[in-house]
Order: sequence, then C-alpha cells, then structure tokens
Amino acid sequence: MRPDLNLVLAGFGGQGLLFAGKVTAYAGLVEGREISWLPSYGPEMRGGTANCSVCVSDNPIGSPLILNPNALIAMNLPSFDKFIDAVQPGGTVLVDSTMVEKTTDRTDINVFYVPATKMADDNGIKGLANIILLGKLYKELQFCTPEALQKGLAKCVPASKAAMLESNKKALQLGMDY
Amino acid sequence: MAVVFERPHAITDKVFSYCPGCPHGIVHRLVAETIDELGIEGRTIGISPVGCSVTAYDFFACDMVEAAHGRAPAVATGIKRARPDNIVFTYQGDGDLAAIGMAETIHAATRGENITVIFINNAIYGMTGGQMAPTTLPGQITQTTPYGRDVNTAGYPIRVCELLSTLDGVSFAQRVTVDSVKNVRIAKKAIKKAFENQVKGRGYSIVEVVSACPTNWGLTPNEALQWLRDNMLPYYPLGVYKDRYPEEGGEE
Amino acid sequence: MAEKVLMKGNEALAEAAICAGCHHFFGYPITPQTELAAYMAKKMPKIGGTYLQAESELASINMVLGAAAAGVRAMTSTSSPGLSLMTEGISYIAGCDLPCLIVNVQRGGPGLGGIQPSQADYYQATKATGHGDFQLIVLAPSTVQEMVDMVFLAFELAEKYRMPAMLFSDGLLGQMMEPVELPEPGSVKISEKPWAVTGHGNKRFHNIVNSLYLEPDLLEKTVRERYERYAQCQAAEQRCEELMVDDADIVLVAYGASSRVCRSAVVDARAQGIKAGMIRPITVWPFPVDAIRKAAGHAKAFLSVEMSMGQMVDDVRLALDGARPTYFYGRTGGMIPSPAEVLEEIKKIQEGI
Repeated sequence: MRPDLNLVLAGFGGQGLLFAGKVTAYAGLVEGREISWLPSYGPEMRGGTANCSVCVSDNPIGSPLILNPNALIAMNLPSFDKFIDAVQPGGTVLVDSTMVEKTTDRTDINVFYVPATKMADDNGIKGLANIILLGKLYKELQFCTPEALQKGLAKCVPASKAAMLESNKKALQLGMDY
Repeated sequence: MAVVFERPHAITDKVFSYCPGCPHGIVHRLVAETIDELGIEGRTIGISPVGCSVTAYDFFACDMVEAAHGRAPAVATGIKRARPDNIVFTYQGDGDLAAIGMAETIHAATRGENITVIFINNAIYGMTGGQMAPTTLPGQITQTTPYGRDVNTAGYPIRVCELLSTLDGVSFAQRVTVDSVKNVRIAKKAIKKAFENQVKGRGYSIVEVVSACPTNWGLTPNEALQWLRDNMLPYYPLGVYKDRYPEEGGEE
Repeated sequence: MAEKVLMKGNEALAEAAICAGCHHFFGYPITPQTELAAYMAKKMPKIGGTYLQAESELASINMVLGAAAAGVRAMTSTSSPGLSLMTEGISYIAGCDLPCLIVNVQRGGPGLGGIQPSQADYYQATKATGHGDFQLIVLAPSTVQEMVDMVFLAFELAEKYRMPAMLFSDGLLGQMMEPVELPEPGSVKISEKPWAVTGHGNKRFHNIVNSLYLEPDLLEKTVRERYERYAQCQAAEQRCEELMVDDADIVLVAYGASSRVCRSAVVDARAQGIKAGMIRPITVWPFPVDAIRKAAGHAKAFLSVEMSMGQMVDDVRLALDGARPTYFYGRTGGMIPSPAEVLEEIKKIQEGI
C-alpha cells in the first residue's frame, strides 16, 4: 500500500494553488486511487488568502479537510505562518522563498526553500511558480508515476489553452531539476 | 326558442362566492368570454390569488392553480416556462399584486414574461374584512386606517399601470373600469387584447380594473359605483399606459 | 462504464439533474451553492431548458411550484438563509402534492451566519420546513458520487409519493471535488402525471392544483390521506449505510459531511481495540429508525455527531425510546469536527460503559 498524501497548498488567490492541487488530484485519479480536493471559499477570490486540501489514498477518504498535512506548499507569509506548525513530523514543506523570507526552526520536517516565483520570471513562464513547486514536491515524494503526473497536468489544461501545456511541462521540469 | 344570453363555456356552473354588487363577477365573465372567443380554453391555465377571488379556480373551466399570496406571477412564470404553448393568466387583487407580491409583479413584468395579468384594484382588502390596501386612497377610511389613510404615516397609494409602464418588458398596460355598459365594453376589449398579445407571443400584458367593494366600503352597490367615479377615477385615470402594438384592439 | 471525472459536488449535482430529465431550474445566487446555478445557466440554454435567475428565493420556489404543477421535473437550489425564504412555497408545494427537488447546500446560521459548511438546518428539513402538517423526503449525500446518484432517487421518490424532495448537502460536499461517474443521459423513466395542469384540451374536466380547503373536515381528510402516503414512505424507503455495526459496542450516527469524519474516527477507534461502528442515515426523512432499533439489540451506547448544536440526536433518542444511552458531539458555525475530537468522545463513552 502506498502512503497517503495529505497536501495543503496555500497562498494568495491568483497564484494557481487550486490548479496545482487539481493536477495532483487528477494524477491520483489516473492511478485509480481515492482522492478529494477541497478549496477554501469565501469573499477572497482575488488577492486574499486561498488554500486547498488534496487527499490521495488507497483507502476511502474521511474528512477531506486536512488539519495536519504531511505535505505543504506555502506561497505567501500568512500561509506559511498559518500552516507550518500543523505539518506532521516527517512531513515535507515547499516554501516559495521569493515570496516568503522567513524560515522555520522546526527540525522534524523536511523544508525546501525554492525561489519559485523568481525562477518562473527568469524562465519566461511568469505565473507558473505553483507548478515549479509541484515539480519539486514530486521530486521529493514521488506521489505517483511520472506518466500519471503528465496525464494529470494534461487533464487540467483546457483544450482552449493548449499552448499553456508546454509552459506547464517546462515548469514541472524546472521544479524536478531544482 | 333562440338563446340570447348564456354562461360562457369557460365559466363553470359553480355559484360565485362574491358579495352582491361586487364587480368580480363581471370581470370573470369578460375573461371567460375572451377565452371562448379565442378558442383557447383547452390550453389555458389560470392562477387564482389569495383574496376574495381565491376560489376562482372553481369558477374558471380551464386548468387552474391556486398560488400563495402575491406569488401568482412567479407561479405563472414557472408554468409558462415549462409549457410555452399554453396560455397562462393570473387574476390578482391589489394586496396580492401591489403589496406582498410587488417584487414578483415587477420582475415578471421586466422579464417580459409572456403572460396575461388581470388586476382588480378596489382600494381595500376584501377577504380579511376591509383593511388598507396599497391602493387605498389618501383619507380613505378602512379597518386599519380608522381615521382615514394618513399619507404621513401610511404613505401614498401606488399607481400600478403608471409604474409598470416604465418597464421595457411590458407590452401592454391599460386601466379600465366596469361601472357602466360602455366601460364594460372597453374593459372587454382590453382583456381580449391582453390575451391576444400572449397568443401572439408579445410579452407581458396587464389590465387593471378599477373596481368596487360595496361591502367593505359600507355602501350600496350603486353608491359604491358613484364613489368609484368620484374618488377612484380621479386618482387612477383610465386609459392605455403602454401599448407596443397600438394598431390592434385596445381602447375604443 | 463512463470515465470518472473530477467534479465539484455542486456541479456534479447539476449535471446529474439534467441527466435525470430536469430541464427547469429556478434559483437565486447564494454561497456556497452558486456553482450549481452557474452550471445550469451554462447548460440549460444548450438543451432548450430553462435557467431562470429569480428576484428572490420566494419567487424561485414558486416558479418551481408552477413548473411542477405543469407536470415537468423542476428544481431549485439554495443555502440556509435562502431555504428559510422558501419555506412558504415548500409548504404550498407539499399542500398541492407536487413532486420537485430542492437542494440545500447548508451553511452556518442563524441569521446571515457564515458561509462555511454546517448541518444546523436539520430541524428545518425534517420537522418544520414551513407551516402546517407535512413532510419532505430528505436525502443526505456524503460523497460527490452520492450527490449524483441521489438526484435520480430524489425525483423518483418525489413522484412516487407526490412529495417535494430535498437533497440535504452542505458547503463541504458542494465545494469539494471527487472522482465521479456521471450517468448516461436518456435512460430516465419519468412518471405520468394525470393531475398536472397542461390545458385540458377539451378532453377532460379541469385540473386544479390547490392547497386550500375551507371546510375543516375536508382539510383533515386531505392531510390524513397524505399522512397515509408518508407512512408508506416511512415503511419502504428508510435507507442507511452501516459501517462495522454488527459487533459494535458504540454506534455513531452521522450523516453527510460529519459521517466522513466519523468514518475515520471509527477506523481509528477499531485500531485501538474499541468496538465502534457507524449508522449513516442516507434518508434523514424517513429516518432509519429500524436500523437504529436493531443495533440497540447489542450496542451499549449511541453517539450522534453533527455539525450543529444537536438536532438529529433527538431522532436517535426517539428511535431508541430510552433503550440505550445516547450522547452527542457537535461543532457548529462552520466548524468541522476532527476525527481526533470524535475519537476522544468515543473513548469517554467507552470508559463509562
């Protein structure tokens, strides 16, 4: 049995966290696993804080709301502050260090500080820091097969924006190579 | 022997529940004659309101729905959207249409729902025993305005045709009365036009009938009609307020 | 088998309703059900159906009444404050014996409350959805797949018993995405409705859809006849899922979102050697009293877990009639209980029995 992934993705609205969560969920779906994707919702659709919980498991998923994630992607300071102490010991944390200057004192978790927003800008794929971080998370956790991840990504990019698929793939690779 | 006068087919043989001298009977007849003349009884669905005409579902021979107080335009919308080929009309009083159901009225009108609305304005709540209506005149005595309607505390009456005629969705709005043979004829023509508009898909049509309530006004039927002429008609002038298709029918 | 897709509960429900032959939707925007209406707004014009954004929930439920009276499958969706406005119309729909579907994607209350998931409308759904003697069929999905499947069941039961049916969801189920298999369209059997107002076509006496009976003896007779149908529905349609109930000492009772939390808590309790189980009502009306009474044969205690201050627990107690001690644990206002909190409650009960 493969380990459960209980991933929280958090940041500003507009950073694409819900999208990155959906890619993860679809990758699980491609592999026939149990999944759930739960967004925060409210009057903060743009510019405010946004997060989503993604569960991937071989067992039926109980509560889709993750209180103690074993993986966290944090793309702004309020999200980092809100979730860093809730991460399970042994958990994996990806921090966009372009956006968050702070570091954590916790030594019982694996934290990676990735300047994802800057990397996206430097590589001409502005706005794809989310997928760079997802690529790095995949490198660390390998939560599905590489094929499933590629399929998950393809499922999430609408046909009308097919050109975006290549830049998303590039972002994923940048993260995996970091 | 030749038949010179008979009950319209679209009226059932149920005995009306209305008070002596109440114009509801006349207006029911005009609606039924119209349905007969247009040959639409088999595809007409009527909606009765809450008020004195609540049991109109027993009097009209077409299919009928009884709506909650004020909600007849919403119910009519649901029916018309489900069955656009049917002819749908509401029959509503002033409390129903212009107080509790004003939002439904305005929005059905502004959507241009292809329905026909027959609006009975007698400036009082009849069924509950004579309380102030949204159309009660300034100074008019009712059970809940025992010293006369004071516009400083109870506000002013609503002129429904004038109000609705400002909405782009309204195809036809005419105010009539049934106090005389001449006016009954005009009313009939207006009601017929309001139904014909629907048959032709021309959108929302309303006929406001300035009516009398001898019982709750505390007058005899003849006195009530005179009071209507002296007090109601100056405040609620008769006439066509909106007509997108003026070439056919309407006011004589 | 159709390919599974990821869909939000609200959107999956909307698509399922269209597949179930419901082509008339009337609603008013409110969080957290808005995706449902938006989905309908996009789809209905393409299939020649009706999407109508009404001026209020008062209007939308009465539009549903009109469409249902005209004999078509019609629905509305709303969230808690909107449902309060609809209660007038729902009472009339019940009084007119009309089938229709009402979706309540619950949020925290009272008043404007909040917009996060809640189950605090249980009393309203099952005890007093409006004035007068009447009931609704109330189905409580706990997964996105059930949001889909129960739409079909809701229309079927509503037409069978001539009652309005409610899909009793919440913000969590409405907003979350899960893999879902959508039904093949076109396979639905919609029952004949000889009572509907369709225009009599000069072929029959006029149909009247009405809830007014001025003679009290006639009104009583009508209500009693309706309650005979309710009794048949209660006898035949109780539905629930049982999770490890057969040998359970402590039986949790939870529906919808809170049942998902309890599923985790029961598994965790078993791992610690506590014989816990769960009865998950699928129909909260009719309430699955038979399953609860049967479990009382061996279980030592019951625990109702809700996202409310304790509403369904009354039905558990009524079903048990004092036979077993019944406990309650709940969070409210949009808070969701955690499996750990529920496990703590289970442990406390275990110590006492």
